[in-house]
Amino acid sequence: MKPYSLRNLLSAGMLALMGGLASAATINIHNGGDPTSLDPHKLSGDWENRIAGDIFEGLVTEDTKAEPIPGQASEWTVSDDGLVYTFTLRDDAVWSDGTPVTANDFVFAFQRLMNPETAAVYAYLQYSIKNAEAINTGEISDLAELGVKALDDKTLEITLERPTPYFIGALTHYTAYPLPEHLLEKVGDDWVKIENIVTNGPYTPVDWVPGSHVTTVKHEGYYAAEDVKIDGAKFFVLEDESAALKRYRAGEFDILTEFPTDQYAWMEENLPGQAQVAPYAGLYYYVVNHNKPPFDNADVRKALSMSINREVIGPQILGTGELPAYSWVPPGMANYDEPYMVDWKDMPYGEKLAEATSLLAAAGYDADNPLKLQLRYNTNENHKRIAVAIAAMWKPLGIDVELYNTETKVHYDELQRGVLDVARAGWLADYNDADNFLNLLKSTVEHNYGRYNNPEYDALVDKANATVDTAERAELLHQAEKLALDESAAIPIYYYLARNVVSPRVKGYENNAFDIHRTRWLELVD
Amino acid sequence: MFNYAFRRLLSTIPVLWIAITACFFVLRLAPGGPFDGERPLPEAIKQNLAAHYNLDKSLFEQYIIYLGNLLQGDLGPSFINQDFTVAEQLLVGLPYTLIIGGMAFFLSIVLGITAGILGSVYRNGIPDYLIGTVILIGLVLPNFLVAPILQLFFGLKLEWLPVGGWGGGALSHIVLPVVVLALPHIARISRLTRGAMIEVMHSNFIRTARSKGLGGGSIVWRHALKPTLTPVVSYLGPAASYLLTGSLVVETIFGLPGIGRYFINAALNRDYGMVLGTVVFYMILIVVLNLIVDILYAWLDPRVRSR
Repeated sequence: MKPYSLRNLLSAGMLALMGGLASAATINIHNGGDPTSLDPHKLSGDWENRIAGDIFEGLVTEDTKAEPIPGQASEWTVSDDGLVYTFTLRDDAVWSDGTPVTANDFVFAFQRLMNPETAAVYAYLQYSIKNAEAINTGEISDLAELGVKALDDKTLEITLERPTPYFIGALTHYTAYPLPEHLLEKVGDDWVKIENIVTNGPYTPVDWVPGSHVTTVKHEGYYAAEDVKIDGAKFFVLEDESAALKRYRAGEFDILTEFPTDQYAWMEENLPGQAQVAPYAGLYYYVVNHNKPPFDNADVRKALSMSINREVIGPQILGTGELPAYSWVPPGMANYDEPYMVDWKDMPYGEKLAEATSLLAAAGYDADNPLKLQLRYNTNENHKRIAVAIAAMWKPLGIDVELYNTETKVHYDELQRGVLDVARAGWLADYNDADNFLNLLKSTVEHNYGRYNNPEYDALVDKANATVDTAERAELLHQAEKLALDESAAIPIYYYLARNVVSPRVKGYENNAFDIHRTRWLELVD
Repeated sequence: MFNYAFRRLLSTIPVLWIAITACFFVLRLAPGGPFDGERPLPEAIKQNLAAHYNLDKSLFEQYIIYLGNLLQGDLGPSFINQDFTVAEQLLVGLPYTLIIGGMAFFLSIVLGITAGILGSVYRNGIPDYLIGTVILIGLVLPNFLVAPILQLFFGLKLEWLPVGGWGGGALSHIVLPVVVLALPHIARISRLTRGAMIEVMHSNFIRTARSKGLGGGSIVWRHALKPTLTPVVSYLGPAASYLLTGSLVVETIFGLPGIGRYFINAALNRDYGMVLGTVVFYMILIVVLNLIVDILYAWLDPRVRSR
């Protein structure tokens, strides 16, 4: 790596000291943490996606509803067996230095993504591409074996390992962005330094002060630049949500991408219509250790699940009205219809309690011989509130709960090693497909923390993923979901909500299930 | 004097080495690694990452590599902010921390000493009680409480000042963080000054000065101030190192890009290189500041000089 140059640092510092390039049409977005990098292959968080998705664009991009629409590719065809996709790139797609975007830039990017030396965190998201997994795990060392080929400068062919109905959706993801090969060849890993970087999205980054902000300005060569109304964006780093809300109220931010849940009622009264709470493709759940008696007993797990009064968690404990989860797949996922709901969903809570009590009694536990369990969660005010409430709901059944919280890193480290009775986990969809959630319960998956292991379940999910017909595939996935829920494989609690605050100045903002709001669709009015 | 300073600096090298070694190994005892999180990674990807950052080598090998790089002035990469090395991040953050911390330091000295002198001169009078009350509030209220209150009052209610952000270093943006950072130090310095001044005013040489007919002001400024400052100066070393290494709370609440946040965040993120980098950096800073205090001490107190 090139030693840092003092002059660059000084100029970055000077820029910061002189203040941002504030102008009337710059939008100020509160974005939580610092991005790990501007290199799309190094990212893994939603706050990073907000910046990356503004400055880069894949073959396919998101509209205001986060639905896939043509991006750098103007059109594509799919072979009858669903395995070969042929994309035609736009003639006017260019990098911010004026160089045309070519099919080779995509080939180069996908090969780099899968190259083990890149150590891309999220490479597995594109494992549906032919030979991708084998290259990423080192089984194949020739990068050219990857199923991504440039037929000519503007035609790209991608071959898949198996038919993947969500593949087009997955191409909106930052792992599928092209990279400026001409720049990487010249400066190597330093291409991503703010003074070098070129991008192909509607915006391009011009300033980054770690711990403060990333500034982007409009990319005038972008093919749809005429329709891009905001001249630039400033993404602010600020972990403290209460402080962020105060700065929003003072007009220093136009969009908050998170707010303190206990302020929701206050905002509804004082800033009506500005706090946006919308269903988010994600599930908050508890895992139960299938390898540890008595939790290997499906009746015990069912009792634990049934006795949770989910209806009060969203409205009363969190205060933002999260919907209770009785299914494993959140509603509204593509190619899936309605998810399967547990059969006791509509039972009155009194009856649920009674049945749970008798199930637990049958397993040998009651008030005199309580079931002792440890409930783990990662340190966080909301996780704690929910855990305390659930412990109280379990108490009358004769369950003695020990609450145990650790910082996030320790929590997940222990979960992966299987150190748990019952523990909190959560999942946000990477792409719009039910498989994303059902995959969590497969016996071969690292993040099946409870180690639910049912060969029949694995077979159903695998079979579904080898099926081309979407209706047939959905049917198989439904069967898998029913199987897992009937055995209480894990305990779904609520479906996530995206929480944003949007100033009345901002137009064109639409809530969607992936909480993706690209700046190119927004407008600022006064 | 130079000889003394040089020896002092030299003696910190073994201390630094012990601290780095201890820190290096203790960090690895903590469960969880830099790439663990809500979203677990497939084993193959974990291996790719470990190989990329030399984390697959034995701990001792990693330690030798780290020390080797350190000797060449390379603090290594950061796992969490991958586009900047540890050294780059510290250098980018340093000016902000120095400006905020330096101003808070200056403010603490001026206000603290002034308040202390007023308190001692008007001992048990109304100014003394007034100052005492304000000081007590400054001492008792933690900064994570004072900061939001000031933001609410001056930023949202009166709309005199911006709520947060660096704002290109405009004075209006800096006022609140500096005040919040300085408040507890103003309080401590003023109490130290007041106590020391009262004691000095009772000593024999002041009585002699009075008996020669000198006025109150002249006694306070020309004779009593210098000896009064000795205990204050001994407090300034730790105060300066605290202020100049930044404050997690103030930087987090006001959204300032200083280096105070790195220490805590890096430890939470298991960003090993960053934690070690901040430790090295803080240690050097603290050693240098202590040295300056010692030199000041010698200047203020002839008894120290003759020793």
